Amino acid sequence: MKFGFFLRAGMIAILVMVSGWSAQAQFGAPSENSAFSIAQAQLIQPEELSRLLHAGGADKPLVLQVGSRVLFDQAHIAGSEYAGAGSQAAGLQQLQSRVAPLSRKSFIVLYCGCCPWNRCPNIAPAINLLHGLGFTRVKALYLADNFGTDWADKGYPVERGR
Amino acid sequence: MSADANRHSTDTVSVGSEVTYRTRIWISSFLFAGLVLGTCLAASAPAAFAADSHVNRKAPEFVREDLNGTSIDLRSYRGKVVLLDFWATWCAPCQIEMPFFAAWQREYGPQGLQVIGISMDDDPGPVRRLVAKMKLNYPVAMGDATLGEQYGGVLGLPLTYLIDRNGVVRTQFKGEIDVKTIEKQLKLMLAHR
Repeated sequence: MKFGFFLRAGMIAILVMVSGWSAQAQFGAPSENSAFSIAQAQLIQPEELSRLLHAGGADKPLVLQVGSRVLFDQAHIAGSEYAGAGSQAAGLQQLQSRVAPLSRKSFIVLYCGCCPWNRCPNIAPAINLLHGLGFTRVKALYLADNFGTDWADKGYPVERGR
Repeated sequence: MSADANRHSTDTVSVGSEVTYRTRIWISSFLFAGLVLGTCLAASAPAAFAADSHVNRKAPEFVREDLNGTSIDLRSYRGKVVLLDFWATWCAPCQIEMPFFAAWQREYGPQGLQVIGISMDDDPGPVRRLVAKMKLNYPVAMGDATLGEQYGGVLGLPLTYLIDRNGVVRTQFKGEIDVKTIEKQLKLMLAHR
């Protein structure tokens, strides 16, 4: 009876330890280049950005695409600019050049949408660069799946071409 | 008593039929309203980026040179099932799928499968390196905005099309999909001659 009790207790303890280790492996601290590393407060949702763009005025942000040029050429957020892929040194250089003349208080929204959010290699390096340069009003557009699904297909304004 | 009972029974049936009739009218009205609303919403959506816009339609034809300079003419693959994979070197989920596609090309190639990769990278350099590293056994060409627009806008990766032996798009897989789902559909299409 006692042996059975200890056996069951031991098995439960092992299960708890294994599940804890698994959770840590799965949800451990994200790397600095992962989109998961971007704090919730630094995100902006598509609906909110669309509203700001539509309203215009002083709160209209500068919107920069920091992903694929080929995807940008097909469709991009109306009024946005291509600023180089955040995952590449040349892309970050292009982004740095674009923002160089701007006030550090400028409202800037970065987006990519190349792939699912947790797989995006571009957005985190780009936002980290702007923070490093001292920009204080930078947001990352949260596109859960990709630009097509979460922006274009939902009818938010897009433009084609360069 | 019997006649009263019969009359009562008849009345009940009559009232029941009336209720059923009204219910049907209401349901029909709701369905019709839903249909009209759905049509209006579909009409107001940006047509160029409509999801699944090519499913059950002829696959847009294209001729491209692969990374080795060999011509890829989609039309020349009629009679085969084509797995058309839009991918990029910066797309992590794409790179999870590609070894499976290479394995399927080996396994199902004799049954009529042809995998074609279209890289949406801006520059062919990293594409050549990755294709060599992964030892892909199927042709890969560089894509661009023109080809993307032909397919309704490739605005996120991975994006995979299954095209049947008659050149008709049968399925579109958008985003990170379990490869078993793709393989299951692929095998069904290969079995259909």
